[in-house]
Amino acid sequence: MTTLRTIFWALVLLAGMTSVAMAGPYEDALPRFAADSYADTEAAIAAVTSSGHSLSLRVIEALRDGQLLVGAGQVVIRDISGPLVDAAKGQPSGANAGSLKPVRVNNRVRRAIEAALGNLTLLSTDPGTRLEAARAVFRSRDAAALPTLDKAIAQETSPNVRKALRTARAAILLNKADASSADRLGAVATLKERGDQEALALLSSLPSGTPSDIAEAAGKATDSIRARLALWSAVQNIWYGISLGSVLLLAAIGLAITFGTMGVINMAHGEMVMLGAYTTFVVQELIRTYAPGLFEASLFIALPLAFLVAGVTGILIERLVIRFLYGRSLETLLATWGLSLILQQAVRTLFGPTNREVGTPAWMSGALEIGGLSLTYNRIAIVVFAILVFAVLQLVLRYTSLGLHVRAVTQNRRMAGSMGIKTSRVDALAFGLGSGVAGIAGVALSQIDNVSPNLGQGYIIDSFMVVVFGGVGNLWGTLVGAMTLGIANKLLEPYAGAVLGKIVLLVGIIFFIQRRPRGLFALKGRAVEA
Amino acid sequence: MAAPITPALLYLDNVTVSFDGFRALNALSLAIDHTEMRAIIGPNGAGKTTMMDVITGKTRPNEGTALFNGSHDLTYLDEAAIAELGIGRKFQTPTVFEMHSVEDNLLLALKQKRSPLATLLSRRTAQERERIDALLERVRLTHQRHRRAGELSHGQKQWLEIGMLLAQQPKLLLIDEPAAGMTDQETADTADLLRDIAKTQAVVVVEHDMTFVRDLGVKVTCLHEGSVLAEGSLDAVSANERVIEVYLGR
Amino acid sequence: MKTQTLLDRQSTVVLSLLTVAAIVVPAMNGLAAPGSALHLSDHLVPLLGKYVCFALLALSVDLIWGFCGILSLGHGAFFALGGYAMGMYLMRQIGPRGVYADPVLPDFMVFLNWKELPWFWHGFEWFPFAALMALIVPGALSFIFGWLAFRSRVTGVYLSIITQAMTFALMLAFFRNDMGFGGNNGLTDFKDILGFPLQSASTRIVLFVLSVVALACGYLLCRWVVNSKFGKVLVAVRDAESRTRFLGYRVEHYKLAVFTLSAMLAGIAGALYVPQVGIINPGEFAPANSIEVVIWVAVGGRGTLAGAILGALLVNAGKTWFTGVLPEFWLFALGGLFVFVTLFMPHGIFGAARDLGKQVSRRLASRRPPESLSQAAE
Repeated sequence: MTTLRTIFWALVLLAGMTSVAMAGPYEDALPRFAADSYADTEAAIAAVTSSGHSLSLRVIEALRDGQLLVGAGQVVIRDISGPLVDAAKGQPSGANAGSLKPVRVNNRVRRAIEAALGNLTLLSTDPGTRLEAARAVFRSRDAAALPTLDKAIAQETSPNVRKALRTARAAILLNKADASSADRLGAVATLKERGDQEALALLSSLPSGTPSDIAEAAGKATDSIRARLALWSAVQNIWYGISLGSVLLLAAIGLAITFGTMGVINMAHGEMVMLGAYTTFVVQELIRTYAPGLFEASLFIALPLAFLVAGVTGILIERLVIRFLYGRSLETLLATWGLSLILQQAVRTLFGPTNREVGTPAWMSGALEIGGLSLTYNRIAIVVFAILVFAVLQLVLRYTSLGLHVRAVTQNRRMAGSMGIKTSRVDALAFGLGSGVAGIAGVALSQIDNVSPNLGQGYIIDSFMVVVFGGVGNLWGTLVGAMTLGIANKLLEPYAGAVLGKIVLLVGIIFFIQRRPRGLFALKGRAVEA
Repeated sequence: MAAPITPALLYLDNVTVSFDGFRALNALSLAIDHTEMRAIIGPNGAGKTTMMDVITGKTRPNEGTALFNGSHDLTYLDEAAIAELGIGRKFQTPTVFEMHSVEDNLLLALKQKRSPLATLLSRRTAQERERIDALLERVRLTHQRHRRAGELSHGQKQWLEIGMLLAQQPKLLLIDEPAAGMTDQETADTADLLRDIAKTQAVVVVEHDMTFVRDLGVKVTCLHEGSVLAEGSLDAVSANERVIEVYLGR
Repeated sequence: MKTQTLLDRQSTVVLSLLTVAAIVVPAMNGLAAPGSALHLSDHLVPLLGKYVCFALLALSVDLIWGFCGILSLGHGAFFALGGYAMGMYLMRQIGPRGVYADPVLPDFMVFLNWKELPWFWHGFEWFPFAALMALIVPGALSFIFGWLAFRSRVTGVYLSIITQAMTFALMLAFFRNDMGFGGNNGLTDFKDILGFPLQSASTRIVLFVLSVVALACGYLLCRWVVNSKFGKVLVAVRDAESRTRFLGYRVEHYKLAVFTLSAMLAGIAGALYVPQVGIINPGEFAPANSIEVVIWVAVGGRGTLAGAILGALLVNAGKTWFTGVLPEFWLFALGGLFVFVTLFMPHGIFGAARDLGKQVSRRLASRRPPESLSQAAE
C-alpha cells in the first residue's frame, strides 16, 4: 500500500511538471461517472484507464476507496487528508462537500477497478508493483490492458517482471477472438513455459469457437504442463517424505543406540522425546519472562538443556531399573513401559494435560519456493538438523573412546567385557547418549508437533519400526530405514490416504521382518547367531 | 529312490560357509561311516561348531553338498526334519530343559510322533516307561529322575543330554565337547559311554581335551580355517608338521 | 508325580472359588435385601462380570507367555475382535429401535448415508454365527500372523513389537468410518441379547454366571493343555528353543497352535465383555490395553494360570478403586506396578508365595533328622 502511495505521489509530481491540460478522452470520460449507472461507470473506467492520463490512477484508486465523489456536474477526488481535488484538472476544488456523494460500485465494477488498477500500475517505476500489476492483469485477462502491456514489455528491464508481463499478455491473447493465429499460438507457447496450475486452467478452458489448430496446440501444452506438474508434486511428496524421514530419524536414532548396545527396547524412549519438547517449552517461557531478546536463539539454548534433561533421566533409568533386568529383555520392555506411564503422568501433573504452545523463531517461519516446490523453513531446519545429529553421532561413535566401547559392546558384549571394557558403565553412558539424542529430537519436534504429555507415545512404534527395518548396530541402517519409511509413507498417502497408508506400511514391515528378521543392515556372523 | 551316491552315513563335500566375507568353512570335505566314531580337533575358529550347524540344518552352506545316508540332502532340510532323519546333537554347553524333571527331559526326547496334535493327546505307555528306566540307568540318573534338570551338576547335565540323544535313537550323534568341565573320573566314564554307544551308532565328537581323545582311541580329523588339515590316528595327526605349526604357532 | 498333585490342588481351589462366585454374586444381588450389608447393587454385577472377562483374557496371555515365552503385546486385538463380532450381533438386534428407525441398517450407517448393509455384516443377525465369528476371526488372524511370524523365527522383543504394531494398525483401521464398524464411536446402544434386555438385572446375572463358567472352562482347557506332553514341549520351547528344535520338534507349529488357541480364548473373553459393558470401540485396540494385560499376568505370576486370574482381578479392582478415589495417581500406580513387579517380584504373587512356602518347608526339614537327604544326595 505504501509503495502504491509513493508511486501515486510520484505520478502527481510528474503530472504537475508536464501539466498538460487539454480536453481529451480522459476529460470526456469523467462525466460518465456522474451518470449513476454501473454500465456508464464501467465504460468510464475503461476510458480513463486507456487514456494514459496522469490522473487516471488517482481517479481509479479513489473510486476503489469510495472517495470519488460526484454531484452538480463535477467529479471530485477526496484526498486522504481531507481536501477535495478536481478530478479533471488535479487542482483543489471549490465544490461543496455536502452536495457530493460517492460513485456507487457493485461487484462487476469492482472487478473492472481491479483490472484497471492492474493495467495502470504496469508502468510503475517500482519493479515489485509492476510484477503485482502483471499478475493482476494475468488474472483479469482484460483486453484493454493490451496497449499498456505492449508498452510495458518494450521498456521492461527486469527479466522476472518481463516474464510475468509476457504471460499476462499471452493470457489475454489466448482468449482474444480477434487476435491473429500466430499471436495466439505464441500465447500458448508462453503459457506452456509458465507451466503452473493457473496456466493449466487457462489453456484447458478456451472459449468456444477457438480455431482447431490453436485448440490442438493448447491441448498438447496442457498435457505437457500436467506431466510437469505431476513431476513437481512427486518431488514435493518426496520432500515431505524426506522431512518425515528426518523426524523418524531423530526419534529413532537414540533408540538404535540403546537397542544396539543393550538389546533392550526402551519403551520410555518416546517420553525422552517428550521431555526434550517440554524442556524447550520451559526455556521459552523463561526467556519470555526474563530475556525476551533471546527468543530467536531459544532453540539453541534448549538443545543442550534437553540433551541433559533427557540424558540424565536416561542414565537414572538405566542405573535404577534396567541394570537389574540385564538379560531379561522382555521384562525390560515391561518395566520401561511402566516408566513411560509414570513420566507421562508426571508431566501431565506438572504442566497440565493440554497442548503447550512452543513458539517458532522468525527465522524458521516462511517458505522457500523453488520451481513448483514450496519448502517451509521449519521443515528444512529439521532435515538439516537431523543430518547434523546423524553426522555428529557417527563421529562420536567412530572417534571417541565411548564410541569405540559402544561399538565393541554392540558387536560382542562378552568379548568386550573380557577385553577390560566396563560394560555396565558403557551401558549407562550409551543409554544416556541415546536418551539425550531423543531429548534433542524433542526440541526439533516441538516445532512441528503438539507438545503434550502424549507426544512420545506416537513415536515409539514408528521408531522401533525404523530400527527393525534398518537393522541393529549400524546407524546407516537407521538412516536408510527412516528415509525409506518416511518417503514410502508420503508416496502412499495420495493413493491410500494417511491412515490406510500407515496401515499398509505397518503390514509391509511385518512382512519385511518375516523375510529379514534382523533388518536391512544386520550384523552377520557368529556373534549375532549365538 | 535312486541308489545312494555314497556308502558313507554322513558325506560332506566342498562345503563352504562365509559370514560377511569371513569363511567359517572353506571347501570342507568329510565322510563318516555307519557305526564309526570320529574325533574332530582343531584350534578355536577352525569351524568345528559351524560344521555341526551345517549338518544339523542351523546354517545353510553357500556351496557344497551334505548328504546323510547317501540320499538325504541336508542343505535343504530344517533342524526338525534332520533330527527326524536320525541325527542327534549335543551342544557345547549342556542344554537341557532346566524346568523339567530329568524324567520329562527324556520323555520329550523319546522317539515318538512329534506333531502338536500327537503330543496333545499322547499318554505315557508302559513301553515308554521301560525305555526311560533303561536310559536313566545307562546315564546313571535313576535316583535323580524326579529332580529338576536345572538342579543337576554340570557333569550330570552333560550325561542327561547324552541320554536325551540316545532317547532319540539317532543313527548319528554329534557331540560337542562332552568332557568340558568334568572331573577326571567323569571324563573317563564319558569316554567309556561313548565307546559303548559307538558299537551301534555313528558318533562324531568334537573335543579339545587330548587325553580324552586318546582315551577314545579313534580316527581323528584336525580342522583348521574351515578345512581338513590332517586325518588319521591321533599319533599320526599329532606328528603332522602342519598340525604342530597350527597348534604351537610358528 | 508330586508336582501333579500340587497342580490338581490348585485346580480344585480355582474351580471351587469360581463356583462360589457363581453362586454368591447372584444371591447377594437377587436375594439379599437392598440396603443390607450383603446386598450387591445392580451396577456392580456387570463390573464383576467385566473383571471375569479380563481374567479370561489374562489366562490366554499366560498360556503363551507363561508357558511358551511368547510375549504378545497385541492380545487386546483378539479380545476386541471377539468383542466386535458380538457387538455386530447386538447391533443387528436393535432393529428398528435405533434413532433412525431403519429396520436393517445400524444407526451409524444411516448417518453415513449408506444404502445397504456391507457384505461382512450379513449373518451377524444370527447369534450362533456371531458367536462362531467371535472365535474364528481372532483365530484366523492369529493363525495368519503367527504363521508368518513363527515360520521366519521372529522371536523375543521383535515379536512383541510386531504384535504391538498389529494391534496399532487395527486400531487405526477401526477408527476409520469407511471400515464399516462405526468408526470412532464403535458399536453401542445395544438393546437386547437373544431377546433378553441387556439392562435387566436378571440378564446381567446370567451374563456374569456365563462369564464365570467360560473362565472355568478356559482354565480347565489351559490346565489340560499345559499338563499334556504338548504343554511340556511348550515349556521346552520357552526354556531352550533350539534344543527343542534339534530334538525334532517343529517349534513353529507348536507356537502357532498355542498362539491361535490363546487368541480364540481372548476372542471369547471379548465376546462376553461387550454385552456387559454395552460398548465396543477402537480404543480397545490401543497398544496400552494389551500391555496392561501382560502386567496383570506378571502380578499374579506368569506360568501359573491361577496367577493370571488373580492378577487380573486384583489389578482391575485396584484400578476401579484408584480411578474413583485418586484418578490422577492411577497411572503412577500402574507404572510403578510395572517396575516393581519386574524388579522385585519376577514370579508374581504366586511365585513369592511358592518361595515363601519353600523356605518354610526347608526350615521344617532342617529340624528333622536328615535321612531322606542322604538318599537324595547319592
